[in-house]
Amino acid sequence: MARTKNIVLERRAVVARILAGRGDALVVTGLGSTTWDTAAAGDTTKNLYLWGGMGAAAMCGLGLALAQPGRRVLVVTGDGEMLMGLGSLASIAVQKPANLAVCVIDNERYGETGMQRTATSFGVDLPGMARAAGFAETAMVRTEKQLAAIAPRLFAAAGPLFVAIKVTANPVPMVLPPRDGPWILRRFRHDLLGPRAAD
Amino acid sequence: MPSATSARRYTVAGKRAAAKISPPPAWADAIFDVLKEADIEQVGYVPDAGHTRLIDLCLADNAIRAILLTTEEEGVALLLGAWAGGQRGCLLMQSSGVGNCINMLSLAQECRYPFLMLVTMRGDWGEFNPWQVPMGQSTQTALESAGVIVQNVDDAKDVAETVHAAAALAFGSYRPVAVLIGQRIIGFKDWRKK
Repeated sequence: MARTKNIVLERRAVVARILAGRGDALVVTGLGSTTWDTAAAGDTTKNLYLWGGMGAAAMCGLGLALAQPGRRVLVVTGDGEMLMGLGSLASIAVQKPANLAVCVIDNERYGETGMQRTATSFGVDLPGMARAAGFAETAMVRTEKQLAAIAPRLFAAAGPLFVAIKVTANPVPMVLPPRDGPWILRRFRHDLLGPRAAD
Repeated sequence: MPSATSARRYTVAGKRAAAKISPPPAWADAIFDVLKEADIEQVGYVPDAGHTRLIDLCLADNAIRAILLTTEEEGVALLLGAWAGGQRGCLLMQSSGVGNCINMLSLAQECRYPFLMLVTMRGDWGEFNPWQVPMGQSTQTALESAGVIVQNVDDAKDVAETVHAAAALAFGSYRPVAVLIGQRIIGFKDWRKK
């Protein structure tokens, strides 16, 4: 099967566009390119960057969303990272967190390892899987117009939401956020919990 | 330390009818009391026969979110998110699930968050199914090689105290700690019943 044609959106612009409307939302990133994309859009204490644990991002978002039901939680991850944690679509759908959205930046490639094709390049439909699992709302985004329509819903619509956004595989500059795990986590907790973070 | 024989509260306050909760062992009830005392609010689980009673107690408690997982490694990521958001959690699994967690346990070692695993053993004591033996016999080594502190318990009367101490260590020192609950406590499966 041929790779999906007519991909026009660029990943950095897509992530910047989405995060511009985040308000006080908490963001979890999946290892690799989406961590760099999120850092490029502006480092903040409300970002929980993952640099490892491939397949962890969506479940990390679930634990956070359940612990903070009054806050919006957005997971920004890649197609390869999401494919490694497909079971989490079922686990999230069972819990039905209304405040959680998962956004897959889908370049149909394993970007950190040599741009090998992922299953989505052969037609595997991630939003279709999320829909079948029972997510409240799912979408596949290919155009600026569709992006403009879905971006505010990531922070407002009743979740769980799952959105995959097809982006080009064009190279982008490396932008690295902090990489020390304890520091990233404790900075995030201190901002969110205040003095209780030291418990 | 809570008593293993203290009066059950879930029969009144629980979300589900008491009749749906599987019968004791008392050690499972004692673990539940320890989890409540430790302010555990998220319990991730992949079912195991040895954890049946404890899972039911967690599902029936209004202050605990029991989260069904498709594979145990999901729980390592779940509890990172939970702790990032200010909640304590623990993960229930069978020893075979430990093998599913290995790479994901790098999160617990690198990020230094409290991570409590309660593992019921197979392939350990009186095992009939040879397919359970490889993972059962490598459970402790695998956990220790992944940076998890392992504490064993093989007598039912020691279960509550061991879990209490493991929770204190995990949440006091922000480290991954696993309690291996021996198959001798759980009792081995009687295959003749089938």
